[in-house]
Amino acid sequence: MSVETPVDPTLVGTMAARAERRGVRIPWRFIGGRAAFYAFTLWAAITINFFLPRMMKGDAVSSYMARSQGQLTPDAEKALRAMFGLDTSVPLWQQYLDYWNMLFHGNLGVSISTGMAPVGEAIASALPWTLGLVGFATVISFLIGTSLGAVIGWKRGGRLDVFVPITTFLGTVPYFWVGLILIAVFSTTLGWFPAGHAYELGVEPGWNADFIGEVISHAALPMITIVIVSIGGWVLGMRNMMLTVLDEDYITVAQAKGMPNRRVLWRYAARNAVLPQIQSFALALGFIVSGTIVMEMVFSYPGIGLLLLNATSAKDYALMQGIFLVLVLAVLVANILADIAYAILDPRTRQTEA
Amino acid sequence: MTTPAQESQTVTQDAQTLAQPAGVGAPETLAVAVADRQRPTKATFWSQLKASLAMFSNPKSATGLIIMAVFILVAIFAPWIAPYDPNAQNLNETLQPPSFEHLLGTTHIGQDVFSQLVFGTRGVLVVGFLATIMATVVAIIVGVTAGYLRGWKSESLSALSNVFLVIPGLPLMIIVASQFDDPPLWLIAAVLGLTGWAWGARVLRAQTMSLRNRDFIQAARANGEPLHRVILVEMLPNLLAIIASSFVGTMTAAVLGLTTLAFIGVIPVSNLNWGTILFWAQQNNAFPEYWWWYVPAGLCIALLGVALSLINFGIDEYVNPRLRSAGERARAMKRKGININNAVTQVRTDSSAAGSAEHTREVKTE
Amino acid sequence: MTTLEFKNVTKIYNVRGAGQLKALDDVSFTLGPGQTIGLVGQSGSGKSTIAKILTQLETPTSGEVLLDGTPVPRSGKRLRKYRQQLRMVFQDPFASLNPSHSIRHHIERPLRLDSVVPSKEVDGEVRRLLQRVRLDADAVIDRRPHELSGGQRQRVAIARALASRPALLVADEPVSMLDVSIRLGVLNLLAELQSQEGLGVLYITHDLATARHFSDEIIVLNQGRIVEHGTADDVILRPKDPYTRELRAASPDPEKHFGSLAAQTSGGAL
Repeated sequence: MSVETPVDPTLVGTMAARAERRGVRIPWRFIGGRAAFYAFTLWAAITINFFLPRMMKGDAVSSYMARSQGQLTPDAEKALRAMFGLDTSVPLWQQYLDYWNMLFHGNLGVSISTGMAPVGEAIASALPWTLGLVGFATVISFLIGTSLGAVIGWKRGGRLDVFVPITTFLGTVPYFWVGLILIAVFSTTLGWFPAGHAYELGVEPGWNADFIGEVISHAALPMITIVIVSIGGWVLGMRNMMLTVLDEDYITVAQAKGMPNRRVLWRYAARNAVLPQIQSFALALGFIVSGTIVMEMVFSYPGIGLLLLNATSAKDYALMQGIFLVLVLAVLVANILADIAYAILDPRTRQTEA
Repeated sequence: MTTPAQESQTVTQDAQTLAQPAGVGAPETLAVAVADRQRPTKATFWSQLKASLAMFSNPKSATGLIIMAVFILVAIFAPWIAPYDPNAQNLNETLQPPSFEHLLGTTHIGQDVFSQLVFGTRGVLVVGFLATIMATVVAIIVGVTAGYLRGWKSESLSALSNVFLVIPGLPLMIIVASQFDDPPLWLIAAVLGLTGWAWGARVLRAQTMSLRNRDFIQAARANGEPLHRVILVEMLPNLLAIIASSFVGTMTAAVLGLTTLAFIGVIPVSNLNWGTILFWAQQNNAFPEYWWWYVPAGLCIALLGVALSLINFGIDEYVNPRLRSAGERARAMKRKGININNAVTQVRTDSSAAGSAEHTREVKTE
Repeated sequence: MTTLEFKNVTKIYNVRGAGQLKALDDVSFTLGPGQTIGLVGQSGSGKSTIAKILTQLETPTSGEVLLDGTPVPRSGKRLRKYRQQLRMVFQDPFASLNPSHSIRHHIERPLRLDSVVPSKEVDGEVRRLLQRVRLDADAVIDRRPHELSGGQRQRVAIARALASRPALLVADEPVSMLDVSIRLGVLNLLAELQSQEGLGVLYITHDLATARHFSDEIIVLNQGRIVEHGTADDVILRPKDPYTRELRAASPDPEKHFGSLAAQTSGGAL
C-alpha cells in the first residue's frame, strides 16, 4: 500500500478535496456553454442581415443597383444580386446557403460609396482605428472607474460619495454632445488638441515618432470623451458591490486579524467585488461601441463608426450590413475574452468542474 | 411561566393581560395584539396605493419625480409656454445670442431656440414613453414566461434575450431605421423598443425563477389556481419593484437612442426633438461660437437622464436596504468620532454618565 | 370516509452532472380518516418528497398513489377534486403566504376556486375559519403577512388549508420554524381540528418528541426507505431498527444530566 499524506477524513469525497489534489482545471463546460451561445448569436446576426434587404421596399434596392450600373464587374454584380435576393428564380433556402458561402469566402459585397471597393477592404482600413480607440478607452475607464468605486464603497458615507451622482450624471449625457463640448473648449478655444481626424494630412503613416505622436494627440479628445461618459457605470456598480461585500463576515475576520486596511480593501474586498463587474464588462462594451459610432462622426475620426454613418447617408446598403456583421463579431470576441477572464479569476467556476 | 396554551388566547385578549415575562410568545404577537386594540382601517384602494408608492418616498426619487413632472408639464402645455412657433423663421434675426425676446437665442434662419426646446420635449417624451412601454411589455411577457417555464423553453427564451443584449443596439437601429423613408412615430418607437427590451427580460426572468420556488407559489399551485392567475395575481405584484426599475432604465436608453438617431439624421427631421435641434446645429456649423444653440439641448437630455437615474436610485435603495443604510450608519458613527473602518473596536466611555456619577459621589460625601 | 394509500412509490431525480438521486425507495403506507401518522426522518430522508408527491407537485417514478382505491388523476377536473381532498400546511410561515396580499385574499381563494360556499357567504366563511384557528378575524383579516407573527401566520396557513374542507391534511414540519414555546399551542390546535373534522393527518417532522405526542402511528424514514413503522409508543419506547435507536439517543433528555461539553465529547453517546 502506498504511503499517502494523511487526508482530513471530513474532506473525503467532497469536490473541494478532489480539486485540491488535481490543481487548476480549465472550466471546459462553462466556456463550452458560452461559446455555443455566441455561435448562436452570430448566426442570429447573420440571419437578420440576410432578411433585412429582402424586407426593404423594392424600389430602394433597384435604385441602388441602378446607381452602380456599369461600374461593377460581373462577379461583383452577381454577389450583390445574391445578397439582396434579386434573383427570384433561386429558392429562398438556396439564397441563404449562397449567402453563407459568400461570407465564408470573406466576400461581403461591394461598396458603392467608396468607389466600388470590396466591402471587406473598406472595413479593414477603418477597423483598427476604432478598435484602438475603444479598446484603450474602455480599459482605462474600467480601471479608473472600478478603483474609484472601490474607494468610495470603502469610505462609506464620506466626502467621496459626491462622485457617484456626478459620474452618473455624466453617464446620461450623450457621447456626441460631450465630444462637441470638449472640442469647443479644448480645441477651438484653447487649442490644446486637434479637432478631428486621426492624424494630420500630409504626415506619413508608419512607425515613426512623428506619426505616433500625431495619433496620440488626435486620439486624446475622443478617448477622454469615452472615459468621461462610461466611467459612471463602473463607479456605481463597483460601489454597490463593495457595500455588499463589506458586509460579509470574512472582511470582519480579516480586519480582526489585524490586517492593514489597505490590504483588506484591495486584496479582499475589491478583488471579490470586481468579479461581477467583469461580467458586465461585456455588456457595457455594446453601449460603448454604440456611443463611439456617433462620436467618430463628431471628431471625423476615420473609424468604423464614421464609415457606417457615411454609408447610411449614401444609402450604401452593402457596406452597412458588412459593418454591422463585423461589429457584432468584434463584440462577441470581446465577450468571449471577458468570459475567459472571469472563468480564470473566479475559483468557483473552476471548482464546479471537479 | 405561562403555558403555551395561553398564547392562542393572547391574540384575542386585552392589552392589560399581555404583561408576560420576556421570551414567552413572539414579541411581535405582543405588538400586534396591542396595536389591534384600535380597529385597523380597512385596506382601501388609497391606502394600498400609498403603500406601493413607498418606494418613491425617499428624497432621491422624489427629486427625480419632480424633475420628470416639470418636463411632462412643459410637454403638455407647450403651446402656452413657448413664445414662438418653433418652425417660424425670422430672417432678420438670425444667430442672435440670448435676449429678452429670444430666451435662448435664434438659429441660422431665425427660429427661436427656446420654443424649439419646449416643443422638442413633446417629441422626446412621447416617443420615449411609447418605446419604453412597448419594450417593457415585451420584457414582461418574455421574462416572466421564461422564468416560470422550465427546461428548453426557458433556456431558448433566455438565449433570445441574451442575443439582443449582446448585439450592439445603435448599429442595429441605424440599419433598421434607414430602411424606411419617413417612418411614423410608432415605428420609430418600435425600433427603439427592439433594442431595449432584453435587459428587463433578463432581470425579470431571474426574479421570476426565484419566486417560482417560493412556498406561497407552490401553495397557490397546490390549491389549483389556473396558470394565468398564478402569474398575474400571485407573482406580478411581487415583481413590481423590478418592473419599475426596468421601466426607468429602459426609458433612459430610449431617450438617448432617440436623440442620437435624430442627431445622425437617420430619423426624419420632421419629428422635432432635442436631437433634431442638435442635428441642425451640427449641419450649420454652430460649433463652437453659437453655444446657445447646442448647449441647452444637450443639457436637457442630461437632465432628463439624471431625473430617471434618481428615480432608479430611489427604487434600488427601497429594494436593497443595505445601500440605504450603509452611508447613514457610517455618518452616524463618524459623528460620534468612530471610524467605521477601524479594525480595533473602540470602547466609548460615556462622559455624561461619568460626570453625573461624579456629581452624585460628591453629593454623597458631603 | 376517505382513505389515502401510498403504494410502492419510488422517486428518482436526475441531477445534471451528478447522475441520479433516489429520493424514495419503495415507500408504502395507508392513511385513514381521523388517523395521524407521524413521518420522522432527518433532513434529506425524503419526507418533503412525499409531501410534494401527495400534493401533485411531483409525480412518482414508479408505484402509485390511491385515493379510496382509485389512482390519483394527472389532470383535469378529477385532479381538481383530488386537490380539494388533500391540503398541505407548509413549513416556513414566512414564505408560505404571499407578501403582497391580505389574509382575506389567502383564505378566499380556495373558497372561490372550489366553490365551497355561495359567493355572498364567502366573507362570513373567511371569518368563521379565522375564528376556528383562534385568530381575531377583524384584527387580522385585512393585514398583510409581514404584520403578523410566525405563530399567527401558521394559523392562517392552517385556516387556508381547511378552507376547502379537505379529508386529509399534510403538515410538513408545521412548527419547526416557530418559537419553541408556541409550538404546542399550534399542534394542539391541529389535534383539535382533526378530531372535530375527522381529518386524516400526515405529520412530517424531524422531532421525535412531538411526533410521539401527536401521532397514532409513526413511520421512520432513512435515505428514502421506511426502516420502522408501528404505533407511536412502540416505535419510541421499543425501537427495533438501529437507525431509530440512534435518533432516539440523539434527542437530548432533559432529565439526564450530561455534565460539561468536554466530558460529552470524550466518551459520550453517538
